[in-house]
Amino acid sequence: MSTIIRTENLSFTYPASGDRLALPVFEDLNLEIAEGSFTAVIGPNGCGKSTLAKHFNAVLLPSGGKVWVEGMDTADEEKLLDIRRQIGMVFQNPDNQIVANVVEEDVAFAPENLGVPSAEIRRRVDEALKTVGMYEYREHAPHLLSGGQKQRIAIAGVLAMDPRCIVLDEPTAMLDPRGREEVISTVLRLNRERGITVVLITHHMNEAAEADRVVVMHEGGVLADGAPREVFSRVELLRKAGLDVPQTTDLLNELNRAGWSLPLEALSPEACAEVIAAALSAP
Amino acid sequence: MLKDITLGQYFPGKTVVHRLDPRTKILLLIVYIVAVFLAQSFLSAGLVLAFLIAVTLLGRIPFKSMTRGLKPMLIFIVFTAVLNLFYTEGGTLLVEWKFIHIYSEGLRKSFFMVLRILLLVCGAFLLTYTTSPIALTDAIERLLNPLKKLHVPVHEFAMMMSIALRFIPTLIEETDKIISAQKARGADFETGSLIRRAKALIPILVPLFVSAFRRADELATAMECRCYHGGEGRTRMKVLRFARLDYAAFAAGALLLAGVIILRHFGL
Repeated sequence: MSTIIRTENLSFTYPASGDRLALPVFEDLNLEIAEGSFTAVIGPNGCGKSTLAKHFNAVLLPSGGKVWVEGMDTADEEKLLDIRRQIGMVFQNPDNQIVANVVEEDVAFAPENLGVPSAEIRRRVDEALKTVGMYEYREHAPHLLSGGQKQRIAIAGVLAMDPRCIVLDEPTAMLDPRGREEVISTVLRLNRERGITVVLITHHMNEAAEADRVVVMHEGGVLADGAPREVFSRVELLRKAGLDVPQTTDLLNELNRAGWSLPLEALSPEACAEVIAAALSAP
Repeated sequence: MLKDITLGQYFPGKTVVHRLDPRTKILLLIVYIVAVFLAQSFLSAGLVLAFLIAVTLLGRIPFKSMTRGLKPMLIFIVFTAVLNLFYTEGGTLLVEWKFIHIYSEGLRKSFFMVLRILLLVCGAFLLTYTTSPIALTDAIERLLNPLKKLHVPVHEFAMMMSIALRFIPTLIEETDKIISAQKARGADFETGSLIRRAKALIPILVPLFVSAFRRADELATAMECRCYHGGEGRTRMKVLRFARLDYAAFAAGALLLAGVIILRHFGL
């Protein structure tokens, strides 16, 4: 599989301003995101997750090292629109990323900026809205929709650019459980059915467990990187970094501490139940 | 309580008036305003009034919403009427009592002044009642397009207007939330002198402004992420096009203006 985003010895320091000192976020970070993959990035507050995400589409530029998107250097100003079109970005607060006061006008915003012909914009908007299941709401005012619906509109707005990759920066942090479920299932579908690369930054371990790969960031570096089962089975390491583990892993870990020996890799509730049932029925 | 505030109230619909190109409606309103000012006689004012009523009926706008919209103007209208009534001299003296003198010319002038205000305000209502705010900003941007050659930032102005419209409900909701939060902390907005009450607003305004700036910052980043780079090379999903209906509307506007001018010419 080819690489869509690659960071090369990436360092970034927030410049000093006023009486605030310069704040280094990361140093010599090397990370590759494979095309078509679903990567979750987790880590405690202030570990640089969001700062990293903003490097992926040239909202922030590296202080040192390089970020490559499809072979394009994000520091190259000529490639700026190309990069931003390929890497769509969805943020935490749905209210602060919706531009227009009609749903379909908002979804049309990005292709309008890119100078796409009117008929093609119409087609893309309809398709994007159908993909996220919000087509019936196309003439509604966004402020009357629920959080989950607004966030799906934001995803549709990015989809209308026809991106290869979508980076979501804690898209579910402000949503209720139902909204969270709506957003995550939409993202999963985009990845599985449309082959769009997804980078999901999240605080919810259960969401991270849905990914193909989990990257754990801590103090500006990568603490662990691998399939969710591998990463989450390292319970002690994650705890030390101030992170939770999924509830299933937590349960199995507690049982193990009480003298059982269960595999921590059983992530889904079903798998977890099966493992416990097997252990109980064993002689 | 803040939820009741509506700016540029719009009644969605599918009537002929709603379907007109927003640019047509703005231009027609200008023609109508000129006609209102040219109309000096009962006959020509009647013609303008008939035009207004016809458009209101075509747009299926309930007369009640017109009168409700006029309510805040009432003081202003009464004030104008009284001023014109007492301070115009000419014609025959109708009433003379102590320092009050009312002439026939004053009566006439005050009547026309009030009628003119009513016609103007109702005409403007018709535009906002039948046109969505977003269509209006769009139309203003297109109409002012020639000014771009003079380096007037027309696109930026239209974008600011539409973003402001988009954030009005969001900020109203936020204000409501802040008021509740401050009330829960024991803030008192309802009693005390005017100055005290004005001071009580500070704990609402400060967090509101802080949050508005934060929102603006996030929105700017989100817009950049969606490839916004000003008005240059920008296309639109919905392209405004004049249709047969618009030409018919222009014809109606021209007839109105011609009618008023002819009546004025003959001194009617």
